[in-house]
Amino acid sequence: MSTRTLFAPRRLHKSLPQKLRDLNWLVLLALVALGGVGVAMLYSVGGASFDPWAKRHAIRFAVALLILVAIALVDIRTWLRLAYPAYLGALILLAAVEVIGVVGMGGQRWLDLGFMRLQPSEPMKIALVMALARYYHGLNAWQSSRLLHLFVPLLLIALPMILIARQPDLGTAVMLALGGVTVMFLGGAPKWLFIGGTVAGAAAVPVVWGVLHDYQKARILTFLDPEHDPLGAGYQIIQSKIALGSGGLFGKGFLAGTQSHLNFLPEMKTDFIFTVLGEEFGIIGGLAVIVLYLVPLFYGLYVAITCRNQFGRLLAAGLSFTIFLYVFINIAMVMGLVPVVGVPLPLISYGGSAMLTIMISFGLILSVAQHRKIAIPRNA
Amino acid sequence: MSGEQSRFRTFSRRAALLAGAQGLAATILGGRLYYLGVIEADRYETLAEDNRISIRLLAPARGEILDRFGARLATNRRDYRVFLIPEQARDMRGTLERLGRVITLDEGDLARIKRQISRQRAFLPVTVAEGLDWRDFARVNVEALRLPGVLPDAGLTRHYPLGPSVSQVVGYVGAPAADDLDGDPLLGLPGFKVGKRGIERAFDDALRGEAGTRQIEVNAYGRPLRELSRDEGKPGDNILLTLDGALQEAIASRLGEESAAVVVMDVVSGDIYAQVSTPSYDPNSFTRGISRENWQALLRDPRKPLLDKSLNGQYPPGSTVKMVVALAALHEGVISSDTTVHCTGEYRLGDNLWHCWKKGGHGRIALVDAIAQSCDVYFYRAAQELGIERLAAWAHRFGLGETYGIEIGGESAGLVPTPGWKLATSGRPWVGGETLNVGIGQGALLATPLQLAVMTARIANGGRQVVPHLVRQVGARPRPAPADWPDLGLARGHLAAIHRGMEKVLEYRGTAHASRLEVDGMRMAGKTGTAQVRRITKAQRDQEVEQSDLPWRERHHAWFVAYAPSNRPRYALSVLIEHGGGGSSAAAPVAHDVMEMVLRRDPARRPVAGSDRVADRGDGSTGGAR
Repeated sequence: MSTRTLFAPRRLHKSLPQKLRDLNWLVLLALVALGGVGVAMLYSVGGASFDPWAKRHAIRFAVALLILVAIALVDIRTWLRLAYPAYLGALILLAAVEVIGVVGMGGQRWLDLGFMRLQPSEPMKIALVMALARYYHGLNAWQSSRLLHLFVPLLLIALPMILIARQPDLGTAVMLALGGVTVMFLGGAPKWLFIGGTVAGAAAVPVVWGVLHDYQKARILTFLDPEHDPLGAGYQIIQSKIALGSGGLFGKGFLAGTQSHLNFLPEMKTDFIFTVLGEEFGIIGGLAVIVLYLVPLFYGLYVAITCRNQFGRLLAAGLSFTIFLYVFINIAMVMGLVPVVGVPLPLISYGGSAMLTIMISFGLILSVAQHRKIAIPRNA
Repeated sequence: MSGEQSRFRTFSRRAALLAGAQGLAATILGGRLYYLGVIEADRYETLAEDNRISIRLLAPARGEILDRFGARLATNRRDYRVFLIPEQARDMRGTLERLGRVITLDEGDLARIKRQISRQRAFLPVTVAEGLDWRDFARVNVEALRLPGVLPDAGLTRHYPLGPSVSQVVGYVGAPAADDLDGDPLLGLPGFKVGKRGIERAFDDALRGEAGTRQIEVNAYGRPLRELSRDEGKPGDNILLTLDGALQEAIASRLGEESAAVVVMDVVSGDIYAQVSTPSYDPNSFTRGISRENWQALLRDPRKPLLDKSLNGQYPPGSTVKMVVALAALHEGVISSDTTVHCTGEYRLGDNLWHCWKKGGHGRIALVDAIAQSCDVYFYRAAQELGIERLAAWAHRFGLGETYGIEIGGESAGLVPTPGWKLATSGRPWVGGETLNVGIGQGALLATPLQLAVMTARIANGGRQVVPHLVRQVGARPRPAPADWPDLGLARGHLAAIHRGMEKVLEYRGTAHASRLEVDGMRMAGKTGTAQVRRITKAQRDQEVEQSDLPWRERHHAWFVAYAPSNRPRYALSVLIEHGGGGSSAAAPVAHDVMEMVLRRDPARRPVAGSDRVADRGDGSTGGAR
């Protein structure tokens, strides 16, 4: 087979200590730093107290870090084999939540597993990227660009998207779809699909508007003009902008944010935690955190580009982009650039499921990095 | 080219595109952050401070109103009260019901509260109850924790220790009305009161003081967390009056429910020691907001408790004006001190006959006795020979038809009629008989009790145009009083004759002999006055109808004006008893009692409060030994 001749098989199996040594410690450091920022901000939000949030955040982060390293050490081919089963499992969970799920705030549903509350949309975020990467791994360039081979990826995206949208959690559904479409794009799906899709999407806006829930419409209207209803729907965004703006260049100082400590901010420990950070540490703090995100995320893209197998490339790039999307949407939201959607800030916002998703994703990216020299046949 | 290579190339190209998009997105975030935190920082900083800091006004303590010796006429009392902010109360009925279990709220209270809620904006507090005792207040405080919008407050309310006896001068306070709003933010404070009448109104600016401010840090729910800074503001100035509160109160109780007025003043300095008008009203009932029924009752009362009769009651002065007629006639050379007139009880002018009050007349009578016995015929003649124009000019010199700029304002000017005035108002010419009427203080001539007190003071002090005043000092600033009043330049002999006449009023055969007064060798001199309300018919005159047989509204007004001590005059007073019947029977006894109190208290010679100076002893001529 041509692949085998061009990419000569080499002894690429590394010992465990070697694998540990080869982990990108700068990326890990950046992740630990982000987790630490999360602990610090939750300490502040908790009223200068480790209880109830900062401590649990720290413990969860430590556990998640161990899981991350463990995942990074597992051979990429194992993940390749597990891609479809993982997707199937996540899909079953999503379906199950339809039947036996508990409704939480804002329409998000979870499954009570006894030891933790699981939002099945979280594992699906990873599983969808894995499944799509797996699918495109099995296609050659010609096949990828064929219309016939759009069917499976679109179905893979549509099924969970519909289930999540029914919860209803439109924001997560759209984010999931965006991540999936990104993998399709990178996998080599025809260009016209994306150009046409954008045009069709724009054309569909009035239709979509018609089926949106009132609160969803309100959010979009509020985004377009937050001052329209300063005490109602626009309140969150206005207060958030006030907090960020009044923080200035260097911030008001740790634990000294007036907007946050006097409760003018909404959802401080989750969606609006970046605002607390911006108020207390200023633009400098905000930019530092953005840079902290860019380190592992651009590393993910770098890994993808230098990877020798299509699965690894798509997995690393797809996960990086998905996480970036979360970071961007959250920060853009609190600064009033996009409508309020319930998207937490990765690794900093309080919340176990979301943190685990992010850490597993980085674990997979690091696994790709570990094994990027391995060429994997299309039909492995 | 292998498939793998092609796949890789597509991937790399598209991944680079994505990386670029990410870079762009990150730049947008950074740019937005810069926009908010640097370019717009000032605006948002202000907004954040506005969020955090709530500025609350502190009501300054209202200045007190004190009498000349420092006794409190209007003061502030700690008051426990409850406000309700309708906007914050989720369930208005439930809230009031629960409050009603702690403090008593009757139907009237509830109606008033509901009316107020419907009338004003929802964020403005409504007074639920005032004047709570400490126990009730403590219970409301406990309850308020569970009732949003309920605001217990310990503030100051106005209190008038002397009640009705000073209300006409001191006035009262009330909630600001629309035309009281002068831009002072204090007026928006819950329970803030402004002066509505009297000194309270005239000196409202000085009494009010300046608002203090309190900067409080609040959280998003508006709950105060800590005080950032505090500026106590400036408490209102105290106002020191010339009144003697105790004297004022004693006079008020002497007058009782009589519809009457008394003014006591200093003939040298112009200080008003007492200015009483009865019946009066309790200013304390206005502080909390008077009920509709009580207000209606005050308005309907025929004795007009809301009217300050000392300043605004205008009556014909009757015979009290005779000294002015006499002094004018003496000064103008129309008569001399020795001029006698033969009084037959009648005086003929043209075809008309004018009667003296004494049937049968006084016989031949000279000036001093004409005053002492109030012979009308003597003054018909004097007035006629003097002529109305000269008479009117002299009346003005003695303060009739004039206002003096009394500090509480709103004095009535009375009326000194002249031919010009009559032509202008009725279009008809003056007739000679009217001059005769004015000569005995009847006809169109009108004066207020204050004017007659001033007139008496100017006679008593030797013809100096003393001006009365009520306020000694505002805050630390004493009100300037001119040391020398303009002198009318009256001859000593003329004055002596008038003074003698007034002394003889209280001696044997005088019209007020029964009310003669001597305290420690000090005697009172005075003059009676009886002002007709209705024209006396011939039938009545013939039948000698007793005043007490007439309905109250038709009886004569009774006057008495007096000064004392007669040898060195210091105090002048006027007494009016509305529909009292006669000056000698109704007014003179009151004047006797009042002057006795004045002489015993002798307020002019006691040290005043509020300054280092001892009482103004005047120009020295009256300060000698007695």
